[in-house]
Amino acid sequence: MIEILWHGRGGQGAFTASRLLGAAYALAENRYALAFPSFGPERRGAPIRAFTKLDDRPIGNRSEVKRADFSIFLDDTLFSKAAYAELKPDGKILLNTKKRYDDRRVVTVDGDGIAAEILKLPITNTIMLGALAGVFDKVSVAHIEEAIRQNMSEKLHGKNIAAVHAAVEAVRKGSVG
Amino acid sequence: MAKKFLSGNEAFAEGIRLARPQVISAYPITPQTIVVERLSEMVEDGSLKAEFIHVESEHSALSCAMGASAVGARAFTATSSQGLLYMVECLVYASGGRFPIVMMNANRSTALPWNIYGDQRDSIALLDSGWIQSYAENAQEALDLALMSYYIAEHKNVSTPYMANLDGFVLTHTYEVVDVPTQEQADAFLPRFETENKLDFAHPRNLGFSAGPDHNTQFKYKEHLGLLRVREIVNEAEARFAEIFGRRYTGLTENYRTKDADFILVTLGSISGLVREVVDGLREKNIKAGLLRLRYLRPFPDEEIVRALSGAKAAAVLEKDISFGGDGTVYTNVTAALQKAGVRLPVSDYIVGLGGRNISAEEIEQIFEELKRGAVKTVFLGIGGEDA
Repeated sequence: MIEILWHGRGGQGAFTASRLLGAAYALAENRYALAFPSFGPERRGAPIRAFTKLDDRPIGNRSEVKRADFSIFLDDTLFSKAAYAELKPDGKILLNTKKRYDDRRVVTVDGDGIAAEILKLPITNTIMLGALAGVFDKVSVAHIEEAIRQNMSEKLHGKNIAAVHAAVEAVRKGSVG
Repeated sequence: MAKKFLSGNEAFAEGIRLARPQVISAYPITPQTIVVERLSEMVEDGSLKAEFIHVESEHSALSCAMGASAVGARAFTATSSQGLLYMVECLVYASGGRFPIVMMNANRSTALPWNIYGDQRDSIALLDSGWIQSYAENAQEALDLALMSYYIAEHKNVSTPYMANLDGFVLTHTYEVVDVPTQEQADAFLPRFETENKLDFAHPRNLGFSAGPDHNTQFKYKEHLGLLRVREIVNEAEARFAEIFGRRYTGLTENYRTKDADFILVTLGSISGLVREVVDGLREKNIKAGLLRLRYLRPFPDEEIVRALSGAKAAAVLEKDISFGGDGTVYTNVTAALQKAGVRLPVSDYIVGLGGRNISAEEIEQIFEELKRGAVKTVFLGIGGEDA
């Protein structure tokens, strides 16, 4: 099972990203996914987590992800050394930041930069989803596009799909830490 | 059918839309809110032709659904926890009046301490209210039960209200892949609601009457028989469902690797998925573990439990419920069924997940480990307990 841990602040769309990833992955045959937020009252700006679990058979364990294959930060103010303790041995951290990290486990992307240019809004959830597609080959960009079309309102489709492509390209070009 | 990525609440709302209720009355409460929000959106955009009635409380929500049912309309409501407790007075009116209303309950802890997370004390405390009670494991089953609930509740041999339980958050708020049937399929499955138990100027009759000591027991006995007949109608509904939708369910319970099992965990709801994974893991280590999932608590699947457990060396009940000063209520019911059938084996009771407390695979493995020792005890998992 592939497990993804999303970190964001209330209002940044981490849960939406977790859901889009699950929906995209499950578009292929015999693929299963669970997506859920850390449950409880919601507050704008407060740290939240969301979880996506991906597998090729039905997933019975609905507990929160303890150790992730990918730990994704929409906001680098939430990132600290504690993040490493929640990674599987070959796990990777995807970080929206302008900083550089000399660590092969950390993949960085200037999500805020892409957001300012394409979305004209400081929202990086679909951008970090694109960044994941850039380093994780079990979910295709085409399926992410389809998940956006099926699960987001129509006026958001064009810009978010463009933002996903920009993030994929940025990560693959090697704005990698 | 269309494959969608939905939460338990959303899947249940899709099932209700396909069942074409004529009246929906509800009051919002976490974690039920989304199901009625989605239904109100469907009424607003015209994809569901129903009267959506906003009420000021849960007591009125169920009263309203009862009024609708009493003129022969298909009615729906939904609630959770304190909301369910607030409508208790109306629960027995609906069951005693034989109004086949369907209600979704998002299982949530009850106060105090105040807590919005999932456990099953709310609905289990109301097993005696005369309602059918089902417990879904995942979002697909939730949608399918939404459709089947009306078939079962409205069947002329049953005519009993139906409470469909979904674990709060863990099921209501978790997104997963769900096949959503077409309206044509749903219409082929579910007949129109026909009843004689309604206010009808052409055939006047008395509803909601009183019955003194001479006749009261007869009414209560008939109510009891109505619930007992659910077993047969569940089988009928599931056979018909499998023919149209291609998904087959297994009656009041589901057996998973119980046939040759030495050690069986009995549980209900969304935790069953994790137990199934643990059972698979133990089987690989040649430990004969099994899972008995109770899909319904009313009517109580006593025959199925006796059949599944009679060959086992030991069993345990895993439940998100405690009857303070007694045991977990599921445990009391399970052991009574075994006792009645003369089946003797050690059965322990594990109280888990109260107020949304996480249950890990390791903890479930540990329970199987303890079963091997054949002890009989009631344990608050992770806290403690006493040997019997």
